[in-house]
Amino acid sequence: MAASAAVTANYVLKPPPFALDALEPHMSRQTLEFHWGKHHRAYVDNLKKQVLGTELEGKTLDHIIHNTYNNGDLLPAFNNAAQAWNHEFFWESMKPGGGGKPSGELLALLERDFTSYEKFYEEFNAAAATQFGAGWAWLAYANDKLKVVKTPNAVNPLVLGSFPLLTIDVWEHAYYLDFQNRRPDYIKTFMNNLVSWEAVSARLEAAKAASG
Amino acid sequence: MMRIVVSIIFIVIFAASLDAGGKKTMDPRGKETMDPCLESMKTASLPDLPYPYDALEPAISEEIMRLHHQKHHQAYVTQYNKALGNLRSAMAAGDHSSVVKLQSVIKFNGGGHVNHAIFWKNLAPVHEGGGKPPHDPLSSAIDAHFGSLEGLIQKMNAEGAAVQGSGWVWFGLDKELKRLVVETTANQDPLVTKGSLLVPLIGIDVWEHAYYPQYKNARAEYLKNIWSVINWKYAEDIFDKHTRDLDID
Repeated sequence: MAASAAVTANYVLKPPPFALDALEPHMSRQTLEFHWGKHHRAYVDNLKKQVLGTELEGKTLDHIIHNTYNNGDLLPAFNNAAQAWNHEFFWESMKPGGGGKPSGELLALLERDFTSYEKFYEEFNAAAATQFGAGWAWLAYANDKLKVVKTPNAVNPLVLGSFPLLTIDVWEHAYYLDFQNRRPDYIKTFMNNLVSWEAVSARLEAAKAASG
Repeated sequence: MMRIVVSIIFIVIFAASLDAGGKKTMDPRGKETMDPCLESMKTASLPDLPYPYDALEPAISEEIMRLHHQKHHQAYVTQYNKALGNLRSAMAAGDHSSVVKLQSVIKFNGGGHVNHAIFWKNLAPVHEGGGKPPHDPLSSAIDAHFGSLEGLIQKMNAEGAAVQGSGWVWFGLDKELKRLVVETTANQDPLVTKGSLLVPLIGIDVWEHAYYPQYKNARAEYLKNIWSVINWKYAEDIFDKHTRDLDID
């Protein structure tokens, strides 16, 4: 399972941890073919071209993301680098037969920080539904607390000082072939059928270890 | 900050002027609002498309036109009217904090309504002049500013392709500087947010919903093809209207 520190590859288009048709009928093979095969691939390819011959060449994705965020006044490589990172993180946030309520420590923490799983579900749902335009919704960890965050375009919680644990892509390309304008249906489907709580738990362990 | 508030007020007034359909409403307590100015505030309504849903094929598919008009534009109208209702209540109550907080949802949805209302008029079926190049005086003005019509189109397409996330690419008239411009805006920001004296002549929606079912990730191909249904007559009319008193070459 990828923790945030592991997504530092030298700009490789890693395949998702499942076959492109494995998330059917919740997320179609066609969507994965375009979303991973075209969109994600383009971010990786364009990043390689973009950093060639610059001081960013050979640096990790994390490094590029942190150094091009520039307090929101984004430098050119930010978009491709962050989107490459975000998409790899997104595939690994999902699994066939996923979704529903987690158990154990993760459930306890969700209940601690959101009062109940249902309240977390509502909040995550609302963040994903109300991110206007392109962006992402996240479950993130900071200062020993779980929280829901929404970000525009390519921005992710790394640059906001938190550890990402779970994400949903709400750019229209993520859901348009399967759901058209019906983003709320897509979000519910993701929550009920796709979330990999194993990945989230592993990331949480890594985040706690990293915070010391 | 003031500029944003002024722009938003401009958007609200402009959007409300786009359509008929004023409704008297009650405030939450069942009383008519006291201020007649607030009471007469008109809500937005979805304008009809000036052509059938399949009329822009093959450049833009019927499926896209139906979704784009009946779902996306309709949602902006609905959410905008809801926000206006909330704004009316907040203003009546003197709840300034809420008035300010509502600005972003008004900008998103009101901007969406304003932009799409222009967009449908920016397009026309081929047999109604879609794609037919403009003539003078707009044509000469384009040549003067961009070298040629092809030059303008190339610039629009390059800027439209480069928009990261959601937004629009615009061909506009800058009344202050008396020249033609190509600009992009993010999300549903109308062109006026880039300059209060900018007048949109042609806007092209580069949100993914504008092209995804047909073109998927190939935004550049959508941009290339849309010119075959661009309604230059509309651009000419707006240009003529606004340059009557300006000395523009």
